[in-house]
Amino acid sequence: MTDNMQNIYLAIPLAPLFGAIIAGLFGKKIGRSASHLVTIAGVAIAFILSLIVFNHIVLDGAPTYNESVYTWMISNGIHFEVGFLIDKLTAVMLIVVTFVSLMVHIYTIGYMKDDPGYQRFFSYIALFTFSMLMLVMSNNFMQLFFGWEAVGLVSYLLIGFWYTRPTAIYANLKAFLVNRVGDFGFLLGIAAVLYFTNSLDYAKVFEVAPSLSGKTIEIIDGQAWSAMTVICILLFIGAMGKSAQVPLHVWLPDSMEGPTPISALIHAATMVTAGIFMVARMSPLFELSETALSFVLVIGSITALFMGFLGIIQNDIKRVVAYSTLSQLGYMTVALGVSAYSAAIFHLMTHAFFKALLFLGAGSVIIAMHHEQDMRKMGGLKKYMPITYWTALIGSLALIGFPGFSGFFSKDAIIEAVGHSHIAGSSFAYFSVVTGVFITALYSFRMFFMVFHGKERMDEHTREHLHETPPVVTLPLILLAIPSVFAGFFAIGPMLFGDYFAQAITVLPGHDVLAEIGKGYHGAGAFVLHGIMQPPFWLAMAGLASAWFFTLKRPDLADKIHTRFSPVVKILENKYGFDRFNEIFFAGGSRMLGRLFWRFGDMKLIDGLIVNGSAKSIGWFSTILRHIQTGYLYHYAFVMIIGMLLLLTWVVFR
Amino acid sequence: MIALSDYLILSAILFCLSLAGIFLNRKNVIILLMSIELMLLSVNINFVAFSAYLNDIAGQVFVFFILTVAAAEAAIGLAILVVLYRSKQSINVDDLDSMKG
Repeated sequence: MTDNMQNIYLAIPLAPLFGAIIAGLFGKKIGRSASHLVTIAGVAIAFILSLIVFNHIVLDGAPTYNESVYTWMISNGIHFEVGFLIDKLTAVMLIVVTFVSLMVHIYTIGYMKDDPGYQRFFSYIALFTFSMLMLVMSNNFMQLFFGWEAVGLVSYLLIGFWYTRPTAIYANLKAFLVNRVGDFGFLLGIAAVLYFTNSLDYAKVFEVAPSLSGKTIEIIDGQAWSAMTVICILLFIGAMGKSAQVPLHVWLPDSMEGPTPISALIHAATMVTAGIFMVARMSPLFELSETALSFVLVIGSITALFMGFLGIIQNDIKRVVAYSTLSQLGYMTVALGVSAYSAAIFHLMTHAFFKALLFLGAGSVIIAMHHEQDMRKMGGLKKYMPITYWTALIGSLALIGFPGFSGFFSKDAIIEAVGHSHIAGSSFAYFSVVTGVFITALYSFRMFFMVFHGKERMDEHTREHLHETPPVVTLPLILLAIPSVFAGFFAIGPMLFGDYFAQAITVLPGHDVLAEIGKGYHGAGAFVLHGIMQPPFWLAMAGLASAWFFTLKRPDLADKIHTRFSPVVKILENKYGFDRFNEIFFAGGSRMLGRLFWRFGDMKLIDGLIVNGSAKSIGWFSTILRHIQTGYLYHYAFVMIIGMLLLLTWVVFR
Repeated sequence: MIALSDYLILSAILFCLSLAGIFLNRKNVIILLMSIELMLLSVNINFVAFSAYLNDIAGQVFVFFILTVAAAEAAIGLAILVVLYRSKQSINVDDLDSMKG
């Protein structure tokens, strides 16, 4: 059975890779439909095998599988391996990744129908699926880093998929550069792990980790820092880049330049949650450093609250969803910060479903609107696109945490967990996440109402062609809507309050907020009833109501507020000035540094001094020397004699 | 009896004369060639003097070789001189500065 399972584990990442290679290298030869068939088949196989793995690990309760399948190299006693760690955490991630990926693959048939880069697109998303699977299945830091970089690469390729658009190129470069900052921290973190534990294998590192809690490291002389804190914060900087936490979030809104299917797959459901997954996987390390947890918590709550605000004023349909993704990622990070790792993973899962649903719904609207993304030119789409309407409603309700929907369970669990936490920064975090609920409801339903209700603001030509999108687009919406509704209800009990993650996630007893909540937990139904009586629910309702009020009932009032509070709006429109700051300070700074190096280093030092300088000095030297060469024979003879004399004197008087 | 040192002094004087001939002569390449011949002769005197002094015939044998080579060299030198004159219309040493850097 073990051998059999190992083959399955191997097949899960390799099937999409196979599809990617076929579609990527031979796409032109085998044609469009063969390309999407082969990649969809690859991902479908991975999905079915993931279900088998889920059944095997979770339902049959098989022990955790942790084996290396290939040793890449051994250097100085350190093994660089490719291996799989399959436990319940991995099983959940496998289902999420392969399911969303499969849905996006199917959806892409409709979305990219007329695109000349059809095969290339399928090749990229299949490659992405492979990379993401390698990331979540890895049992060592090296493979984790491989997957981490590979998803980053594919994300870069896909943001810049329409490479003739300057904005897309700008966005993908930005995403790549910002991610480099995070990855640099991540790499340093891995190096620190290697330095202290002399191993890259998760199991060994986690085993040694508790003994490191007293150790310190001096990065600046005389400043002894706890080694665990340094490791965790460095690793978390990696997560900040990948999971777009403030201040490394700037790339995610711009990444919306890519085609919508990848916004759903990469920039909402899977890749951006890699950071969350990684921190949950590293829970045995993070648990040892309260400082790092506080850091995580504060960063997460800032992201959750302030990125939500930005969603309110956006008019691009995809950007609203992008900012809501940022905010939800902040929620997950907050959950990590209060040691509610399972709640973070739970929210990751539900979020993957409903956010992919929302993105694909937005994509469906964009198809119908002939690639118009401005919500001010939409409105009243309900009667033209009923399936999109209902699925988007489900997605939005799940996002704002309407009782009974999946988002409700996960978000409420996070809020409760933060409320029970006593770690430094938790009161600020509690304020952020509770306020965030109102904001979330406000911007999601503002978008919902602006798109599907109210006046039809599109032009005549577009209105005539409005119709529901084809089944390849609506089918994934329906299939994603199902878990968006039910995933929370069925999973909350075992995932949060059972011992589901007992082997995968370590929580110190002092931090275990979920256990505290679990004492008052009496089934999902009771959780819903309890939730209705809590302020977050009423805040969500208030947000929904104000969204309705300001977009449908009194749009003029919204404009008035807009002008009255123009300084605030200005700040929001400038996205708190992060972009401007980065542009001036980092981009401008590095350009200036580059110019300095070019002017001084290149032109003066290398060109001026070394290359032209040596030629010039030789020329100068030879103009002096040529005076000696008179061309007269007797001068030469004289020099010869002098030389001979000198030699003789030296020989004689030596 | 003439001492060895006298021969050597004579040879040194001849050598220095020929050196001076090379440097001081600014007019004629033929004089230059003659000075070189003289230099060789002064060396020959050294050879012969040491050969007689040390009772070793090898020095005198060597002198014959040098004389032969010197004769050949003079022939070649004069031949070059003729060619030089044909191309430059001059054998003035001061005119021959085409090797200038």
